[in-house]
Amino acid sequence: MNHHHTTTTTDPSYLALRMKAVESLLIEKGMVSGEAIDAITDAYEHDIGPLRGAGVVARAWVDEEYKRRLLSDGPAAIAELGITGFGAEVVVVVENTPQVHNVVVCTLCSCYPWALLGLPPSWYKTPQYRGRIVRWPREVLAEFGVTLPNEVEIRVWDSSSDTRYLVLPQRPAGTEGLSERDLAALVTRDAMIGTGVVARPAA
Amino acid sequence: MNTPIDILSADATGPAALPRRNGELVFDAPWESRAFGAAVAMSQSGMYRFDELRDLLIAEIGQWERTHCSDDDGWSYYAHWLTALERLLAQLNLLDAEEIEERMRTIARHQEDEHGHRHD
Repeated sequence: MNHHHTTTTTDPSYLALRMKAVESLLIEKGMVSGEAIDAITDAYEHDIGPLRGAGVVARAWVDEEYKRRLLSDGPAAIAELGITGFGAEVVVVVENTPQVHNVVVCTLCSCYPWALLGLPPSWYKTPQYRGRIVRWPREVLAEFGVTLPNEVEIRVWDSSSDTRYLVLPQRPAGTEGLSERDLAALVTRDAMIGTGVVARPAA
Repeated sequence: MNTPIDILSADATGPAALPRRNGELVFDAPWESRAFGAAVAMSQSGMYRFDELRDLLIAEIGQWERTHCSDDDGWSYYAHWLTALERLLAQLNLLDAEEIEERMRTIARHQEDEHGHRHD
């Protein structure tokens, strides 16, 4: 099956050397600059992360009208909050309810709503998660600490380049008096993938 | 209600802390961030569409999965990413494997020299 050259090794020092060679050639040929690479890695390491998605969730929790718009046209509602960028234009928001729990995967690679959650965690990209969550969603969720009653329906959403899903988690009880900002602070990345739920704040 | 959310503004306690809030770094090694950044930068500057890279990435991952157990220790997402990027650049006649391997030898030789000098 090796019809093309494949980097079969996963030796980190080999891969580091190989990438160093690729980068130096790309820069030398004027195809990319070191500064352009720095700008992107900095953005994803420091600025673009799950707080963006958490802000969207909190707004939906406090504003019914906004939630309605978010569920019917995700990209437009997300753009209202000033969030743009990779994947934002193809986001579909799915709502958790007492009857339905949603969870997101990308079975083919690692599609993910970067603009709202940043880059995916390592486990999201593993063959194990990508394969198992589809076949045994209830069991895999339990491994994440999400134990759902049997009557709750689990919907697994397979992302693609055309559609990237964000889970709108249920707002926990006991948060009635919280501000939008404080609500956002409760929302975890895993809750927006569906492998977590938003916990009630500690009293 | 069309105001941007204030938590997205650049204050020290806000977004800057965020990607690590879940206790994980985004990249496992510096070369992974370079591979990610270079691939995204070149798609943004219009050298290719990101989907072209994604299709090759899917093919790489698919091929690996057909020939390995899913719990094989050799899984490295960014190794597939780098291979997909190299294949795309080769298809576009921008960079070929021979050039890369030659440059690797040059860099490795240079690193050995530096290493040698430190012990003189």
